[in-house]
Amino acid sequence: MGPFVPELISEPFNLILAFLIGIAFGFILEQAGFSSSRRLAGVFYGYDFTVLRVFFTAAVTAMSGVLLLGHWGYLDVDAIFINPTWLYPAIVGGVIMGIGFILGGYCPGTSICALAIGKVDALFFVIGGMVGTFLYAEIYPSIQSFVNSSALGPIYVFDSLGIPQGVFAFILIAVALMAFILTSKIEKKVNPDNAPSLSFPTFSLRLATAATFLLALWFLWMPDRKQYLEQMVSKTDYILQNPVALMPVDELAFRLVDRDPRLQIFDFRSEDEFQQFALPNSVRLTERDVLGKSGNELIRNEFLKKVVIAKDLKQAETIARILMHLGAKNVYPLETDIHTFAQLFHLQPNEVKPAQWDTGLDPITLQFRKMASETLKQMIAEEKTKGQKKPRAVKKIKGGC
Amino acid sequence: MNTKYMNPYLAGFLLGLLLLATIFITGRGLGASGAFKNVIIAGVITTAPNHAAQNPFYQDYVGKDKEPPLKAWLVFEVLGVLFGAFLSGLLSNRLKWTTESGPHLKPQWRWFFAALGGMLFIAGAQMARGCTSGAALSGMAVLSTAGFVTMMAIFGTGYMAAFFARRLWK
Repeated sequence: MGPFVPELISEPFNLILAFLIGIAFGFILEQAGFSSSRRLAGVFYGYDFTVLRVFFTAAVTAMSGVLLLGHWGYLDVDAIFINPTWLYPAIVGGVIMGIGFILGGYCPGTSICALAIGKVDALFFVIGGMVGTFLYAEIYPSIQSFVNSSALGPIYVFDSLGIPQGVFAFILIAVALMAFILTSKIEKKVNPDNAPSLSFPTFSLRLATAATFLLALWFLWMPDRKQYLEQMVSKTDYILQNPVALMPVDELAFRLVDRDPRLQIFDFRSEDEFQQFALPNSVRLTERDVLGKSGNELIRNEFLKKVVIAKDLKQAETIARILMHLGAKNVYPLETDIHTFAQLFHLQPNEVKPAQWDTGLDPITLQFRKMASETLKQMIAEEKTKGQKKPRAVKKIKGGC
Repeated sequence: MNTKYMNPYLAGFLLGLLLLATIFITGRGLGASGAFKNVIIAGVITTAPNHAAQNPFYQDYVGKDKEPPLKAWLVFEVLGVLFGAFLSGLLSNRLKWTTESGPHLKPQWRWFFAALGGMLFIAGAQMARGCTSGAALSGMAVLSTAGFVTMMAIFGTGYMAAFFARRLWK
């Protein structure tokens, strides 16, 4: 599961990769004609929309790939770098960049490309850029508070707009396709003699457009990975074909009291609920631990007997099924929710008066539960003093310009 | 290869695949303006360490235990861009010292405006934490709000300012 940095790829190798990726980046930009400032500026005057075509096609391609790889579970979308939003600095910085673009005719990446093939104006752009960066650094202390204002964190555009991810992807692709058609018409009008000819035969172009549109339609219906897995494991056929064994309360209590080293409880309730009351030897996990790439090493340990506790039995069963679908072995949802378990063994911390023991039980079970109750209470108290195990934190990848 | 440019949709598709591969392998996107920042930081820290120590802009790199600013992902990537574009120009027979400008503009003025534009563009990129590649393109690929805001601000302003700058290009 991607990405491979930082676990699989070391820092020095990552830098070599950066150089190789840069070579491909520069090569493609130059082949696309991004080393020509007149071509780049053309997008603003309607005589050449190459920039828009390349830029939008690249954005749509990469975005579609990220969505698909995330959906199929090949890419951990929560581990990749999402550039954080500082709203007003992004707008003001963008406006300054826009003015710089129309005056200078390049953007930073394309100026490097143009310099590489000998454009003297690009050399001036790059030198100007160095001076600009230095001057920015000089005034930075006085604008620092603005630059760091309106920090919204790594937010997604579909959340900002309040629409589902798939709907946004559909809209973006539809807008891109319409822009391609519209700008070709504008280009022909503004620049009838020299409009860049499209070397794709029209048929392939139409085919590609149709395929892209179908993909966009599919995004509209595609659930995200969590929903997809939940729906899949909740289907009747799936449940019939993949039975799940439940963990009986008495067996769990026995293994706990016995301090079975092969027992591991996964608690999927919220942090608050977990802090209020948790069973001994349990770790709190979140959906990230299940769906993310680094996951939790305890999930991958096939020798552990893994007991899943969640908000209720239904959720615990769903989580257990998803875990098993993703390759975990020996997973058992607890047969009741945790509060019923606590009641059965009289473990509730805030109990005013001890509830009556269920006298309908056979004497051996009753006696076991009474004894287990004492030990479990002790174990919970011990755990409180030494503190619970915390799941490993996920390493975030640094990125950005 | 000849001197004709690649079909823009094909180039965009390849660029998109490259960006996707970059995200898939390294977990981050492409960029450019960050390299300018690190080069300037390296220069200032080497030539005027006391000056750098007083400015919070340099704080991530001042100190003994800090990574050297030139040993950064984007610096290596931009070196690659320089090399890759040179290779492309070589193969397509486009290597030539020229100045490209609008039909009614003297080269000296083109140089002046290129330098001014570069100054603004890359200073603006520092404020917005990224340029067309790092913030707009890579940001759009991962559906970040910053990516779309930056993209619209750059191109929106470009269109609004285009009228005033038309003598440069037309």
